Amino acid sequence: MKLDAKIPSGPLAEKWDRRKFEMKLVAPANKRKYRIIVVGTGLAGASAAATLAELGYFVDAFCFQDSSRRAHSIAAQGGINAAKNYQGDGDSIYRLFYDTVKGGDFRSREANVYRLAQVSAQIIDQAVAQGVPFAREYGGLLANRSFGGAQVSRTFYARGQTGQQLLLGAYSSLSRQIGLGMVNMHERTEMLDVVVVNGRAKGIITRNLKTGVIRRHLADAVVLATGGYGNVFYLSTNAIGCNVTATFRAYRRGAGFANPCFTQIHPTCIPVSGDYQSKLTLMSESLRNDGRVWVPKKKGDKRIPVEIPENERDYYLERKYPSFGNLAPRDIASRSAKQVCDEGRGIGESGLGVYLDFSDAIARLGEDKIRERYGNLFHMYQKITDENPYNVPMRIYPAVHYTMGGLWVDYDLQSTIPGLFVIGEANFSDHGANRLGASALMQGLADGYFVLPYTLANYLASTPREQVSVDSAEFAELEKSVRDRMYRLLSIKGKRSPASFHRELGSIMWEHCGMARNKDGLMKALRKIPELREEFYKNLLVKGGNEEFNQQLERAGRVEDYFEFAELMCMDALEREESCGGHFREEFQTDDGEARRNDERFKHVAVWEYKGDEKPVRHQEALEFETVQLATRSYK
Amino acid sequence: MRVTLKVWRQKSKDDTGRFETYTPQNISSSMSFLEMLDVVNEELITQGKDPIAFDHDCREGICGACSLVINGTAHGPQRGTTVCQLHMRSFRDGEEIYIEPWRAKGFPVIRDLVTDRSAFDRIMQAGGFVSVNAGGAQDANCLPVPKQCADKAMDAAACIGCGACVAACKNASAMLFVSAKVSQLSLLPQGQPERARRVLNMLRQMENESFGGCTNTLECEAVCPKEISVEHIARLNREFASAALVSEEG
Ligand SMILES: Cc1cc2nc3c(=O)[nH]c(=O)nc-3n(C[C@H](O)[C@H](O)[C@H](O)COP(=O)(O)OP(=O)(O)OC[C@H]3O[C@@H](n4cnc5c(N)ncnc54)[C@H](O)[C@@H]3O)c2cc1C
Ligand code: FES
Repeated sequence: MKLDAKIPSGPLAEKWDRRKFEMKLVAPANKRKYRIIVVGTGLAGASAAATLAELGYFVDAFCFQDSSRRAHSIAAQGGINAAKNYQGDGDSIYRLFYDTVKGGDFRSREANVYRLAQVSAQIIDQAVAQGVPFAREYGGLLANRSFGGAQVSRTFYARGQTGQQLLLGAYSSLSRQIGLGMVNMHERTEMLDVVVVNGRAKGIITRNLKTGVIRRHLADAVVLATGGYGNVFYLSTNAIGCNVTATFRAYRRGAGFANPCFTQIHPTCIPVSGDYQSKLTLMSESLRNDGRVWVPKKKGDKRIPVEIPENERDYYLERKYPSFGNLAPRDIASRSAKQVCDEGRGIGESGLGVYLDFSDAIARLGEDKIRERYGNLFHMYQKITDENPYNVPMRIYPAVHYTMGGLWVDYDLQSTIPGLFVIGEANFSDHGANRLGASALMQGLADGYFVLPYTLANYLASTPREQVSVDSAEFAELEKSVRDRMYRLLSIKGKRSPASFHRELGSIMWEHCGMARNKDGLMKALRKIPELREEFYKNLLVKGGNEEFNQQLERAGRVEDYFEFAELMCMDALEREESCGGHFREEFQTDDGEARRNDERFKHVAVWEYKGDEKPVRHQEALEFETVQLATRSYK
Repeated sequence: MRVTLKVWRQKSKDDTGRFETYTPQNISSSMSFLEMLDVVNEELITQGKDPIAFDHDCREGICGACSLVINGTAHGPQRGTTVCQLHMRSFRDGEEIYIEPWRAKGFPVIRDLVTDRSAFDRIMQAGGFVSVNAGGAQDANCLPVPKQCADKAMDAAACIGCGACVAACKNASAMLFVSAKVSQLSLLPQGQPERARRVLNMLRQMENESFGGCTNTLECEAVCPKEISVEHIARLNREFASAALVSEEG
């Protein structure tokens, strides 16, 4: 597998301009001769599909929900970063770039991150022009808040519904292009394979979730914008349907998978309450602007929070990280929560929880101000827990939230399969080993509105057009293999539901490949997963048939892919013998429990190549830091 | 706790459909309503029966996928709450609970509790946007927007497109849905140039999709999980009146 990142030469700040100038263009009249497939209509996919159509390409777009507006991006709460420096507090493109590289624990590619920071400002311009109602000050200008891992206020937001508003903005642009006939939108349609002809991505195979019809789609290029795979843990903050199928199937067709073990555990989620639980709910990081995190100093202190006096509380983030305090980055805040709970100081019935307390902020600013800032989040918390966070501190605990790993892409966002591009959370490119809050929305929209439309044009313009037809052997074979797969799942006729296998797989992953990992645990997981998978193939029960609306069959296909993928994650976590960002190997920590990186051995991206029945092969893309000094990350 | 469920089961669009009764075990009051249905489905699967199909995804009240009529009320008994955020503690021990899909001509049933709401997307495609291509926008702070306008626009923009408003309306009108978008964009400077076209095109599409007209029964506002106000329908009507006067292009 050849890994050429294609990073342009020259100074960091000029690379993107240079690349744009060097790239070939497609003449306006020729654009309509090209067909592009975009799988996914989250922020990345919707913005890409709309922009490509605006430029004049014909686009086929796909999502598994009943409407493109319901992609998981809709759930993002807190905000989106941009280096606008509207607050005059010292922000700049360079600072956003630096914060992101440092936040990612020096495991991302400088050039990509710099470009992300460069185009960030344009995203806000575009969203405002679409009518996105961002929060504003009385003077009519845009408001900002702070997010973890930054000491400037650069996060734009629309109450606690920033993802919704940005997605509806992108959806409106997409809708306009659908209305104009430039985008053919396929809802309730799941991509189940990528078709590669003569080494290039030429189409996909889909299943219509309403009718079960399996179909071939031809294109000049394929874009995957299918989101992250956090649901491999079963319980996560992701929407129930989020899955790894699209990227995993592409991996099986030859796309390298980068850093699969890099997952983000978000520190502020509502704790698990029972074994029926189907998902975990995030309480936005923005709450840490005003909420203070604490646990009792004493072990096993079961008093209710108001009865615990100030001097018997441990505001551990403020104590350990005085300069960032409650706004320490996610990986650090999560790990600290785990540490205090492991020490027996966790709160709530299970002891797996810490307090997020607003009483000081309410005393300082008044309840109304807090309601204005976080009203919908408080409301949501109350609905789920039946507790009123205006009166008692919230109980929170870390939960799986985001996946930094994803398909490997070069600077042009192209995977190792020519013609297959990957954008948004589905790729690995910008967040290294830990993503900073409010940066996923930024990356998804940067990729879709401002990067992919250029780089894809370059691919089309520099690739000779071959005549490929959906009747070719490649398409026919893959269609058959997808159908066979569905029939195979249906024919097992065992006793257990797909969800029950998913839940069990998730608990293996959480236990051994979650917030803290070690060699023994990972080896154990690598034994348990294949055992469970074997049972899956013997004892799965999916009622009904393929040619109908069948939610169990959908789920079974996704769980099947999670099985193989979970193994890949564990292998990756095992081989990365260092701690960095969200990947914490217990064997590699400092005396005070912080992550110990090993730059000598692991200053690289791990890229996995599929080898069929044999063990996948691990390749490396070395990371060169030309601008940033590698340092031990400190938020003290 | 114990509950008796009467669930609408319908194999496909053309099937007539019927209620079936289930008495699930192992229900706890801290489960969400959809988690309760998950438990029912697990039981059905182990008994070798067809699980109940229902739409859901985010399970936190924002994607707009979940869409159940519970005891005659869209999204169930709790105000300002989607069914995925409803918890079993809102029901009495021993209660009988009727669960049905959205019922409206514009939303045909696909299976059981799942309906086809693509008509909403087509209404958006007819005009629910500002025509601005990526790359052409000016600096975001060039046009100040009074805070109260931005806040009002946000109130409208909070719509999740679930369709409860249609399901609750005796005319199956989509006015609250359409008004939310029209209102949002008419309150912002960015929405001005296409103001007249937008309202006319969206309303025309609404009629084409066989949604009814509004007769001010306000049921829509009562069930809206995002508590979108019928004030926006009033604004829509004003927009329509002035658009009909000024616009010739339609
Ligand atoms: C609760 C929550 C809050 C968050 N808050 C923030 C925040 O405040 N700020 C921030 O920056 N980030 C936030 N994030 C992260 C951010 O929301 C996501 O990383 C981002 O939205 C992902 O966007 P995407 O376009 O890559 O993918 P998604 O939005 O996940 O979209 C994936 C799309 O792919 C489609 N798809 C997937 N698989 C298939 C398939 N096989 N076939 C067909 N279609 C498929 C889906 O239908 C969907 O349209 C949050 C995440 C969560 C879970
Ligand atoms: S499942 Fe998303 S709103 Fe209910």
